[in-house]
Parts: sequence; C-alpha cells; structure tokens
Amino acid sequence: MINYILRRLLFLPVVMFGLSLLIFIMMQLLSPYQRLTAFVSNPTKLRSGDAEALIEKYGLDDPVYKQYARWITNVFHGNLGYSTTVSLPVSAAIAKYFPATLELVLFAAIPVVFGGILMGSLSATHHNRLLDHSTRVVAIVGWSLPTFVAGLLALMVFYGLLNWFPPGRIGIWAIPIVNKMRRFTGLNTIDALLNSQFRVFLDALRHLVAPVATISFVSWALIVRITRSSMLETLRQDYITTARSKGLRERTVIRKHARRNALIPVVTTSGLMVAGMVGGVVVVETVFGYQGIGWWATEAARQFDFPAIIGFTLFNAIVMVFINLVVDILYAVIDPRIRLQ
Amino acid sequence: MRILAKLLKNWLSVTGFVLLLFFIVVAALAPVLAPPPRPHEPYRIPRSGFKIEPRPPSEEHPFGTTEGQYDIYYAMVWGTRTAFRLGLMVTGLTVVIGIVIGAIAASSGALVDEIIMRGVDIFLAFPFIVAAMVLATILGKGLDKSMIAMVAFGWMSYARLIRGEILAIREKEFVTAATAIGAGRPRTLLYHTLPNAIFPVLVQASMQIGSMVIWASTLSFLGVGAPEGYADWGQVISFSRNWIISSGPNPFKYWYTLVFPAGALVLFVLSWNLVGDALRDILDPRLRHGP
Repeated sequence: MINYILRRLLFLPVVMFGLSLLIFIMMQLLSPYQRLTAFVSNPTKLRSGDAEALIEKYGLDDPVYKQYARWITNVFHGNLGYSTTVSLPVSAAIAKYFPATLELVLFAAIPVVFGGILMGSLSATHHNRLLDHSTRVVAIVGWSLPTFVAGLLALMVFYGLLNWFPPGRIGIWAIPIVNKMRRFTGLNTIDALLNSQFRVFLDALRHLVAPVATISFVSWALIVRITRSSMLETLRQDYITTARSKGLRERTVIRKHARRNALIPVVTTSGLMVAGMVGGVVVVETVFGYQGIGWWATEAARQFDFPAIIGFTLFNAIVMVFINLVVDILYAVIDPRIRLQ
Repeated sequence: MRILAKLLKNWLSVTGFVLLLFFIVVAALAPVLAPPPRPHEPYRIPRSGFKIEPRPPSEEHPFGTTEGQYDIYYAMVWGTRTAFRLGLMVTGLTVVIGIVIGAIAASSGALVDEIIMRGVDIFLAFPFIVAAMVLATILGKGLDKSMIAMVAFGWMSYARLIRGEILAIREKEFVTAATAIGAGRPRTLLYHTLPNAIFPVLVQASMQIGSMVIWASTLSFLGVGAPEGYADWGQVISFSRNWIISSGPNPFKYWYTLVFPAGALVLFVLSWNLVGDALRDILDPRLRHGP
C-alpha cells in the first residue's frame, strides 16, 4: 500500500512538468504583445514604444527554453501576472474567488454522490421495471440538458416567477456585514455561522440553492448511469448467487455484497465527475452571476485577459492532479487487487 | 437487419431516430425553409434594425427576434447545419486522432506506450470545457477556432479505449492464427486487430456527438465561440440571459428568446443520446443476455 502511494507520488513531478509544458505551449500561441500583459501592472498607462522596450527587457522574443525557465521561476514565486478584469494580481484573484467556488462544489457534491448512487443501484435492482425506466429517462434528459440551459430555466422560474433564489453570491444588504466578518474558511455559509450571523447564513444559503441544484442535476446523470451499469454487471457475478443460496436476505445481498463491489468503478470515475463539475461550475457561475473562480475566468476570456486565463488554467490543472491522486489512492484502498499488482 | 428490428421495438430509440431524421431534413432543406438574403454567406443571421429589446413572434418573425433584432427562426434553421457540422466534424476528428494515437501506443514497445499514455493523463488533467475555453480564447474568435480547441482536448478517451481493446484482442486466438500464417505486424493490426477493436469506440462516439454540440454551444454561450451574428444555437441562447434576469413584473415576457433555441438544442442532443444509448444496449455483449 505504502509502496503504491510512493510510486504515485514519485510520478507527481513528471505530471506537473508535463502540465506546465502544455500550458506554456498554449501561451506561446500568443504574440509577444499579448504575453506582455503578464508583466505590466496597468497596461492602460503604457505609451507608444514602451511595449517594444518591455518585450526587449523581459526577453519575450528570447529562445523558447529561456522563456520557459523564466516563466516557471515566476510561477514558483507565485508571480502569475496581473488580471485587468478584476484589477488584482492573478494569485490574489485566485485567493479571493476560489473559496466561493469551493463552497458551490462542496454543496453540489452531496446530492450528486448520495442521490446518484442510490438511484443508480435502485434502478439496477429494478432492472427494466418502471423505476428503472423513469430513472433512465430523467438521467438521459439531465445528460442532454446543457448546463447553461438548465441554469437559465432555473433563473426564469425560481427568480423571475417566484423570486425565491436570486442570482449573485450574497444580497446587497449583507455585503457590509460579510466584509466586516472575521474570515475562517472563506465560505460565506460557514463563516456566517461562526460569526453567529444567522440572517447572513440564510441569505448565503438562499443564493446557493439554484446554482447547486443546476450543477447537481446535470452531473447526477453520470453517476446514475455508471452505478446502474456497474451494479447490473455485479448482480450477475457468481458470488452474488452464492450469497443468495446461502440464504442471506436480499437486502443484505444487495447492500453488503453487490453495492460495495459495484462502487469501485464509481470511485474511479469520480475524478471524471469532479472534472465535469468544475466545467459545470464555470458555466453555472456565469449564468447566475455567482462571483467565483469560474465567473472570473469567463469574464477574463471575454476581455482577453491572458494572465488571468493562464493562471486559472494552471490552478485548475494543479487541483485536478491532486484530485486524481486522491482518487487513485482511494481506489487502492477499496480494491485490494490494485495495490497487490 | 436484426439490429434495426431491435431498435424499432424500443419506443425511446424510435423517438431518437424520428427526432434525428427531423433534424436531418431541416438541415438539408435549410435554403428552402429559410432562404438566405445573402446567398454567399448563409450563416449570417439577417437582422431587422438594431433595436435592443427582443420582439415577440410575429408574421415577419415566426419565432420572434433576439436582442439586436436577429431573427430566431432563421438562426434555428441554419443553426441545425452548424450543429451537425460541429458534432460530426469534432467527433470524427477526435475519433481518428484517438484511434491513431491509441493504436501506436498499443503496438509499440513498453517505453513508448508508457510515454504516450502518461501524455494522455496530462491532457486529461484539464477539465474539458476549461481547456477548450482557454485554447479557444488564445486562438481567437471563430467557430473553427473553438472546433480546433475541442479536438485538441477531446481525443484522449478514444485513445485509452482503443488501446485497451487492442491489448485485449491481441491475446485472442485468431490474432495468433494470423501471425502463425505469416502476417506481419502492420497487417495483423490493420486487418485483424483494429476492425475488432473499433466497435466500442464507434458506440462511444455516437454518444459523444450530442455532448460535443453541447460543449460547442457552451463555448458560444460563454462568449468564446462563434462570432456575433453567426447562426449558432448557443449564441442565440446567450442573448436571452439578460432579458430573463431583468424582465420586470412578467418573468416570461421574453420566453421566446430562450424556449425556441434551447428546445432545438436539447432535442438535437437528446436524439443523439437516445440513438447512442440504444446502440450501446444492443451491441454491448455483456448486456445482451441479461436476466
């Protein structure tokens, strides 16, 4: 087990190097002028001729390997350039907007994981019956419904018609209170509770409902599909027949013998699901005007704020690498066959 | 024939096929259904005036207009062609690239295989839509740019799938038999292994066409896809967002700006998913003799 984890960890720097190379190649598709913005704190103050001098100064026309070395040094010092969209250094912008996104993803993960696994396994045990068919229809609709369409529909009904769940992250009246609160986690809901601001807590929760529901509805379909097919396959294994012929109750067979084994592929694809959710978050934050890291990235993309986009990509990639690492280790924990290989 | 008979038994897959047929007809008859005012650039949506507020369906504009007075009906008819082109081209290119890379990995030595597959892992470390959005932004505006971006980050799952299939099939007796009668490695790969390994890839590809159309329209919605005024469903939907948020006392006042283009998009994707799902259930040997 330790051996397996060590091997994965040893491999980590190689993946990181590959990632940085890939991002660097994407950056090189930009012209030196576009890349210059990473070094200028306020590009609007540039005079003519300044740009050429700065390209010379920062060596943006240098050979590629020199530029890569310089760029990666900057990255290690946390120097990612300046985001004009939000008038902040990129690293500061990530620190500011990431907690909001984390909050969204954490809240969305709960219904997706538990509801998805439950519906998927119910659908398999009721194979080809009404429950199975209706779950499949709902899942396939969720699969076919683009996140932004689901979000816009939610906005139309729950904000426009009912005015229950407004867009944004927090009500205008609560902003001064939030700014004055002591921050523990950066998550509005938890911090409000720790500061005993219950009205702020409820308001933060209210703003979370619609985006969380939108993300979970769309990602839910994936988990249902995987759990269902994995469960169908497991139920056909010999050891299930053995368990049944031992006289075990059907409930025990399904919960203890079938579902545990059927969950292995679900765990391996959960990395994929998180990746999907991160993608969904970009869209959902844009639809609902929820100011998280995805919202920032979309604004940056629309305004060609390249340092912000590159910083966002780098950050995302690092987060994904660690999630995949955790998934791999989890996989080894639940499936002894993997760690014995 | 047996496959066709099975498909027709299931009403869900019949719905999928009928929907798909409908969209094919609309795409084929686009010049008749919505004659372009400028025949040399049919994908530019005609606009009547530049007024900001959308206008409801009328005789002149059967589905109404978006903000900036783009005709929704026209955008939907020609958007069908855009959707087919996007889905088929992006999926086709990613499948071909994935098969080539996966086949190279499977049929070369352990070292090359390891390098290629770790490269695949690195590409997979980016969430697809994020990577596509970033690359599309860097490449600049345009439908072709977002298609390149989607292809660049879309081929990995096919490479993995085909590699696994080839490795499994290589152990089968008929491959050993081919080698025994003196077929060289390229011949064995091209005539014996690949044709047998390709089927699961094609099933997965049919299910991916819908997703690709979703992702392309998502890129347009985020503002990095097709240029303004291009007949593309995602863009027409993006025009509707501001009017849903600020529609005042009547939340459904501008319903036509969302319902028609979003309906077309959802039905299009649904048709591909239903067809793909049906194909998988029929062709997957593990599910064929189920209880």
